Amino acid sequence: MGSSFNFYSNLRSFFEEVGALSRFAGRYFREVFSTPFEFRELMNQCYSMGNKSLLLVGVTGFILGLVFTLQSRPTLLEFGAVAWMPSMISISIVREIGPVIIALICAGRIGSGIGAELGSMRVTEQIDAMEVSGTNPFKFLVVTRVLAATIMLPVLVIFGDFIALVGSAIIENIKGDVSFQLYFNQAFDALEFTDLLPATLKTFFFGFAIGIVGCFKGYNSKKGTAGVGEASNSAVVYTSMLLFIIDFIAVFISDIFY
Amino acid sequence: MKKNTSYNTGKAVLEIKDLYKGFGDLKVLNGFNLELYKGENLVMMGKSGSGKSVMIKCMVGLMQPDSGNIKILGKDISTLSHQEMDELRTEIGFLFQGSALYDSMTVRENLEFPLRRHTDKFDLKNTDELVMEALRNVGLEHTIDQMPEELSGGMQRRIAFARALILQPQIILYDEPTTGLDPITSKEIIELMQTIQDKYNTSSLIITHDVDCARVISNRMILLLDGINYVEGTFEELSNSKDPKIKAFFK
Repeated sequence: MGSSFNFYSNLRSFFEEVGALSRFAGRYFREVFSTPFEFRELMNQCYSMGNKSLLLVGVTGFILGLVFTLQSRPTLLEFGAVAWMPSMISISIVREIGPVIIALICAGRIGSGIGAELGSMRVTEQIDAMEVSGTNPFKFLVVTRVLAATIMLPVLVIFGDFIALVGSAIIENIKGDVSFQLYFNQAFDALEFTDLLPATLKTFFFGFAIGIVGCFKGYNSKKGTAGVGEASNSAVVYTSMLLFIIDFIAVFISDIFY
Repeated sequence: MKKNTSYNTGKAVLEIKDLYKGFGDLKVLNGFNLELYKGENLVMMGKSGSGKSVMIKCMVGLMQPDSGNIKILGKDISTLSHQEMDELRTEIGFLFQGSALYDSMTVRENLEFPLRRHTDKFDLKNTDELVMEALRNVGLEHTIDQMPEELSGGMQRRIAFARALILQPQIILYDEPTTGLDPITSKEIIELMQTIQDKYNTSSLIITHDVDCARVISNRMILLLDGINYVEGTFEELSNSKDPKIKAFFK
């Protein structure tokens, strides 16, 4: 009896959370197109998210390219298909692995940052202070951050993908005597418009998911330092889950059309 | 138990009638009434958890009361649209207990923040002048480019005061303005409140536990007990009361 009650109680709170997040996203879409626009804060957030994530994304992408190539090489050698390495790596990285891994890294870096920042602003009454001064804190804090994450994630993914290919090219150059020019010629020849478009489009949705969940958790944070920690932590957990759901839907749709 | 006082020299700028607010089974406000007159310093005292902060948050729309009527400058806030409420909020300054300065912004940006979003009321060309005037009022012009974390608690409270003043409000709400400050800084804040009131003829509602603050600044006092305005009167009337519930506040 107790366990079934817990199950229904958890299920109910899950749907309540989804409902609240949907209302929050609805408010975002109403406010993102209405004046006044907080352009300066949007630029600050784009700079902050992009600049501060660049090193992390670069290092992750580089190691991803190195490891992926090192792990794939023996198998391809066994089948005598090592010449396909640049094509295989570029398609895998650009279509799937790059966007998902870099989005997960950004969920940790950007999503938790937004959750913690807005959560502490809620706890220290800074959001209330904005509201009582007759300004709209949702527009200043939420709209700018979600929009910045939506704009910057595709940029970071493209950057991360490129660095991953550089990492892969270095391994191929050392182990397979493949010149950088030949590697990149083969890598880019293998890529088609139908690989690039869905992969890029879905990164906008990834960025939106990271921004909206981080803001939702932080903006509605409960009082106290525990509330800030929970906002930050749950922002990453929920975003990571959401990223895989979005990825599944994106792959499913692109499989129908392409 | 309510006592009529003669301090109602001006018109009421803030009226609260039969305010009820509860959280589940806990009833915090049970028909609270209050009137704040033009140019008056009204001090409200009450035990911790008695609903003072809830009441003040209902006034500015941060919380919705269960029932009752709140009129600010003659406008019933329950009938106002979001935009009308934002316009009304520019007439109300709010000093938070913890200062609530925006910690990612400098002092200048903290003060400019409300100004830049009310361009219908203020000319952006005068922003620097208004910021400097607000800082002069609190004696902290030199902190203009500092971050809030670089300032002491007392300085942060004064900057928060300057931010509350910058929109030139008619009403200022103080939520425990001297809590957490040493006696000397508390005295400075109280003097500042008095100076501002004299200079701009603002109406102030001050929530405090500080008896010295109440003695110095109040024109009238109100005690919030059991969710109602238990008693009203001047500091002398209340401090000389024989009622043990009232006496407990002045020991």
